[in-house]
Amino acid sequence: MTIQSLDPRITRAGIPSEDSRPLEPKEELDQFETWEVFHQQKRGDFSEHVGSLHAPNAELALVMAKEQYARRFKCVGIWVVRTADILTLNTEDEDIFATNAEKKYRDAGGYRVGNRVSAFKQQQAQAKSEGAA
Amino acid sequence: MNDAAINDLITRLADDALIIAHRNSEWTGLGPMLEEDIAFSSIAQDKLGHAQALYNILHTNFGQPDPDTVAFTRNEAQFRCCHLVELPIGDYAFSLIRHFLHDAAEWVRYEALEQSTVVPLAQLARKIKGEIKYHLFHAKTWVVQLGAQGNEESHARMQSALNEAFPLALGMFEPSEFDGELAAAGIYPGEGQVQQRWLELIAPVLEQATLQLPSVEEIDRSVHYGGRKGYHTTHLQPMLNEMAEVYRIDPAAEW
Repeated sequence: MTIQSLDPRITRAGIPSEDSRPLEPKEELDQFETWEVFHQQKRGDFSEHVGSLHAPNAELALVMAKEQYARRFKCVGIWVVRTADILTLNTEDEDIFATNAEKKYRDAGGYRVGNRVSAFKQQQAQAKSEGAA
Repeated sequence: MNDAAINDLITRLADDALIIAHRNSEWTGLGPMLEEDIAFSSIAQDKLGHAQALYNILHTNFGQPDPDTVAFTRNEAQFRCCHLVELPIGDYAFSLIRHFLHDAAEWVRYEALEQSTVVPLAQLARKIKGEIKYHLFHAKTWVVQLGAQGNEESHARMQSALNEAFPLALGMFEPSEFDGELAAAGIYPGEGQVQQRWLELIAPVLEQATLQLPSVEEIDRSVHYGGRKGYHTTHLQPMLNEMAEVYRIDPAAEW
């Protein structure tokens, strides 16, 4: 007996309806390696990371990226990068990003330049009107 | 003037697109890997769109019935598709080689049609150029990958698929009684010229894929002629029945 399905393709495939063979565990690395995909929505934009996919090489990763990530929305460019080629920090090193509260002097907010810029602009305008007169 | 010739040309193009779209869509959900399943299905949908656009031109400009009626109510003798597109999907190597050989011909045809004096046809050719460029890019990349960069088995399966599909592919260029008239009117250059450009396009890709191009001279190509006159393989009518199943139950169905 083979599987009789509403989908004629499945019926045609002639798959035994009672397959008593035990399921064999998949080998490790049964899949192709992964690639990260970046797309650009318009010329001049940054390329943004949109997801990943499996592919056997860079060319096919690009071929697949176009249909997986650029078939529905506006896209003008696409990059693929082998996931293994991305250098990153371990998650346990996240504390590397912690900023010490006592480093106020490094915040741009510490500078008071607004009034000096206004004074400079005023001075320029005055010099211009005097020159014209 | 030229109406019969134009009708015949557009029907050939549209029927090829419709039938290969349906055949390739048979892989949906059964593809070799998720990414490829999505890509191949999406390509099949594009082809369906091309068929619909062509039937629309026939409907709007040349007095033919609406696209659904033309697609779903004709019997095989009324179809003008070539034998290559009618064949069952076979294994993935066959489907990929067919996709490559067919889409390379499509690229050449539409490149020529961009200059066609039939304005809606020239407009459509320009509009779908990008889609066909992607389809061919997809096909070429797989053919080179499995031919030259896979293993012995992938190479052998691609070569065997090529040997099977190539004679059928020559049937795509079955000469038409309208070839001279279409060329003279600047509508379409004719099948002889298209076949020549097609060979020039596929040869370097097959060489890169380390696949042996069968000898054109040694093939009796007339074996696979007839599709353009309504003589088809035994595979077409059962496929048409399956394709029109929903339409026959409910002609007004939308999905």
